[in-house]
Amino acid sequence: MNTVVNPLLAPSPVGAPFKPGPAGTHITIRGLTKYFAGWPLYENFDLDIPKGKIVSVFGPNGCGKSTLINMIAGLIPVDQGEILFDGKSLAQTKIGYVFQNYREALFPWLRTIDNIAYPLKLEGRSKADVNRRLEELVASFDVKFDLNRYPYELSGGQQQTASIMRALAPGPEVLFLDEPFSALDFEMTLFIREKLQEVFMTTGTTMMLVSHDLEEAVYLADEILLLTKRPTQIARILKYDDARPRTVDTLSEPSFISAKKLSLEIFQQEVRK
Amino acid sequence: MTAVTNTPTTRAPRPSYASRLLPLIGPIVLFLVWDIVVRLKLVSPVLLPTPWATLVALFNGLMGGPLLTDFLASLSRIMQAFVLAAVVGVPLGVLLGSNERAYRSVEFLIDFFRSTPSSALIPLFLMIFGVSDLNKVAIAAFAAVLVILFNSAYGVINARKQRVMAARVMGATRWQIFKDVLIWESLQPTFVGLRSGVSMALVIVIVAEMFIGSETGLGNRIINAQQVLNVRDMYAAILAAGALGYILNIVFLVLEKRVVHWSGR
Repeated sequence: MNTVVNPLLAPSPVGAPFKPGPAGTHITIRGLTKYFAGWPLYENFDLDIPKGKIVSVFGPNGCGKSTLINMIAGLIPVDQGEILFDGKSLAQTKIGYVFQNYREALFPWLRTIDNIAYPLKLEGRSKADVNRRLEELVASFDVKFDLNRYPYELSGGQQQTASIMRALAPGPEVLFLDEPFSALDFEMTLFIREKLQEVFMTTGTTMMLVSHDLEEAVYLADEILLLTKRPTQIARILKYDDARPRTVDTLSEPSFISAKKLSLEIFQQEVRK
Repeated sequence: MTAVTNTPTTRAPRPSYASRLLPLIGPIVLFLVWDIVVRLKLVSPVLLPTPWATLVALFNGLMGGPLLTDFLASLSRIMQAFVLAAVVGVPLGVLLGSNERAYRSVEFLIDFFRSTPSSALIPLFLMIFGVSDLNKVAIAAFAAVLVILFNSAYGVINARKQRVMAARVMGATRWQIFKDVLIWESLQPTFVGLRSGVSMALVIVIVAEMFIGSETGLGNRIINAQQVLNVRDMYAAILAAGALGYILNIVFLVLEKRVVHWSGR
């Protein structure tokens, strides 16, 4: 249990002094190395995640998309390397994480509202403060279902909405989303996608989204991080800067279509290699 | 086509009255066969009373007869043993489960003694505790505690990793993860353990009452009735023991459904 947390001071590779990222960088990853069963998944991997942007992670099967964000979020230990958030360690940084499998992420012994309040209680906030924050969240998510129910009494989409509210409750600096829509039906996916965009537009929280749906990845992203097959490297980082709020109409804009097409081409090149 | 669909579609079909009586068929058939066997004298009436006579003996016995005294004596021993086992087994199991290295170091002992028929240890307990009431409670508690401990420990060990991760990513400390996630995750297996533990206690208490000198208890009653060939009393006591086990099981199932309301959902 205690081995999973990233070391505060990871040994940087010998002879490579720490290079800060360009201005506006939020998360700096340097010399990240991770072996799986004796094979390198990441080797000396460098990456800069910009602040206040949504970065979609996309790549071939097994290239370690989820592993990447799990390592950044401290859920999986790294073998080597350094990950800093605005120069701070993970322990000094407030993060939120949304799992694909909401069923096993929420606590079924707590009512949904108490699930959302849980990270606030961990912070030791007063009851009044917790309630104020909960009201804020409920208003901004325009919640139409009964939060006093237990999670298992809600639909999948409602549970995932609650998971996202829980992740956002403490006002995290970074929000990680690991295929948050994969287990949802299309209607719910659209709804939550819009909510996420709204939250992003009002809070400007840095987000990292792992997706296996290219359209969704491009639609939400400011940057699309395309990865290679393992040992994983960056294939390309594509900028996509259509104005927000993006809508269904965005999906037929030439800029969207070309960004998606280019992503697909790079992806296919990488898969064929 | 239209004639077939005249049932209201808004309401789920309720099980018919007849199908709710299905569970009664088994017992009725058993009593019928039993009755026929006695009537046709396929088994000597010295060995087998009529079901009716047995039920009357059971009813009269439990309505304030000596059977009730023995029933309550057994129940009291079972509950003493069970409470003792639960009070020791659950916290110890949860503690061992949350430290897997600690659990691995005693795993063999737990598995070995869990596999040993506890009745085989009766002579050993006789040497330690003598022919006392404490002896019966102690050996039943010993048998039950291992089952309870084992289930609680595995409940913690097998806690959904993702829920633990979710708590950790929200910044929960080890202690907070333990009390807010692990304990709750282990509740359902703990209930499985408690249910197995109480039926284990029942078995051992009855056996102990039979073979360790005893004045009271269903086990004692069964063996005494057998010695004097009072088969009606013997069968009544056997049925009482069966009913006790069945009821305890139901009580724990209901309790589990109440407490672990999220189980299986």
